[in-house]
Amino acid sequence: MTNLAQPSDAGTAAASTALAATDAATAPRAARPRGRYGWAPPAWLQALPMALVFALFFVLPLALVAVVSLLDYNDYEIVPAFTLRSYSETFEGCYDQLPGLCTILKTYWTTVELCFAVWAITLVVGFTISYFLAFHVRTLTMQTVLALVCTIPFWTSNVIRMISWIPLLGRNGLVNQALMGSGVVDAPVEWLLYSRFSVVLAFVHLFTFFMVIPIFNSMVRIDKRLIEAAYDAGASGWQTLWNVVIPLCKPGIVIGSIFVVTIVMGDFVTVGVMGGEQIASAGKIIETRLNALQFPPAAANAVILLAATLLIITALTKVVDIRKEL
Amino acid sequence: MREGRSLAFYLLAGFFGLYVLFLYGPMIVIFALSFQGPQGGMTFPMNGVSTHWFSKLWDGGGIVDIGAAFWRSLELGLVVTVLTAAVSTLAGLAYRRRFPGQNLLFFTAIASLIVPSIVTSLGIALLFRLIDAAVKAGPAWLADSYTTGAGLFTSGLAAHLTWTLPFGLLIMFAIFNRFDGRLEEAARDLGATPWQSFRHVVLPLILPALIGVALFGFTLSWDEIARSSQAIGSDNTLPLQLQALTTTVTTPMIYALGTTTTGVSFVVIALALLGIALLRSRQNRHGSDAGKA
Repeated sequence: MTNLAQPSDAGTAAASTALAATDAATAPRAARPRGRYGWAPPAWLQALPMALVFALFFVLPLALVAVVSLLDYNDYEIVPAFTLRSYSETFEGCYDQLPGLCTILKTYWTTVELCFAVWAITLVVGFTISYFLAFHVRTLTMQTVLALVCTIPFWTSNVIRMISWIPLLGRNGLVNQALMGSGVVDAPVEWLLYSRFSVVLAFVHLFTFFMVIPIFNSMVRIDKRLIEAAYDAGASGWQTLWNVVIPLCKPGIVIGSIFVVTIVMGDFVTVGVMGGEQIASAGKIIETRLNALQFPPAAANAVILLAATLLIITALTKVVDIRKEL
Repeated sequence: MREGRSLAFYLLAGFFGLYVLFLYGPMIVIFALSFQGPQGGMTFPMNGVSTHWFSKLWDGGGIVDIGAAFWRSLELGLVVTVLTAAVSTLAGLAYRRRFPGQNLLFFTAIASLIVPSIVTSLGIALLFRLIDAAVKAGPAWLADSYTTGAGLFTSGLAAHLTWTLPFGLLIMFAIFNRFDGRLEEAARDLGATPWQSFRHVVLPLILPALIGVALFGFTLSWDEIARSSQAIGSDNTLPLQLQALTTTVTTPMIYALGTTTTGVSFVVIALALLGIALLRSRQNRHGSDAGKA
């Protein structure tokens, strides 16, 4: 089992193993707990509460979103008649403007750009942090403590963590004070806050955790003898990293990437707060429509967002799987 | 293989140090700024040190209902915590055996994690609008006094559970992956009923990890925005209030609020970690030494 899978660190170990969803379907089975005495509830009954919550509050609502996206609407309510109006309005003018991009495509392009930047940065940072924790920290206690240090901010408020950048990046913030004090710039740098830069920075700040934990979890499972074998066979450090460690971390990388991509694609809070409500994103379109109580267009945009997200996830798993097929 | 520390170690350790600074630095900055003097502004320099902004915050500080939002979030968080722990434990137990639809349930839980929160939130809002419409079309004695079914402990709770339960289930998998089923067999051989073996064998063993589940349940609920946004009903939770305040409040009071919120998170985290540590040491003291060298 893994280094972390020791009984002394429930919080982090549980968290780390938890995010490695790949193992879940193959959980070992206990002996049937049907004793000679007493009654044990059947397994399906034990799973029922969770199944009900997901059926009622996740599956059914998603179905409703799909249905409502096909309904007509007027200024103040949903009209129960089927139409493709919400979709055609969303993509209105897109064909005529080609090769230029219409509003919705531009917005999605911005979102995908943000998504890619955040994904690339969190992947590199997350991988490096995990690599340090898994291969360079020697004692289990130290590993647990350092993993906790990385986890604790995840348990605090995201909005607070966002606004805590304001005194640093604002026009009179610490960074600008330092830059002007040292004479690097004459006027305050404006693009530090309420810009794409600050949005990406906040995403990296908030969600690198989602990369670290699954990748770390994959890494501690790597048999150390494989690394030694590579070393003995004359592989350099980089060769070992590229040909041994990275392929074996693939599940962790994919899981982490899926988390980061879905969070950034659907986000409207971080983009709103850190972008000064100036940057359009896929999630913000839905929010704007909802604030206007236009449910069918909001639902249509939700369906489009869901489709786009699933497309990216599928592409991601394909790209990573290609290595195996070669 | 490696005896001394390599250059790579120092480079990586330096990188890790910078990452930790990146994680905690901004938090420390607003912690410091929340003790800004009465004349102080939103950024450095500090204009004296005072608890002025905290006392202003407690007085309400002209902010609508921030105290009420605080208690609402706390209550909701506690309910979510209890339900998450209970429902996840049951499901975790179920997955140790086979049951029809177990793969379907598993993939639904994963889907609930990765479907963008705003989509789920919108769906739940639509569901409760549908329920409202159905009730209002119903008998007059019911429809007349009815306003909406959406609220903190109906649609709000539902939205939070779709977010906390997948985490709870995954942690349960992690727990039962390394649970020794022979302990239960031993209990059964000694004549324990299923309930007794759960109560006296399984539960004490999984309790520390269960605190971990509860910690996730509470903190995820306490900070939740995206899922709550459409589904919370008329009363906002604290994070939603905070989000609204980021655009309207331009005094260090918002930092004082930030420090308070983070303080609650830290207390909860500390209590949970302390609880886990205590239970672990208790288990080590009272546990069997069977199988140990």
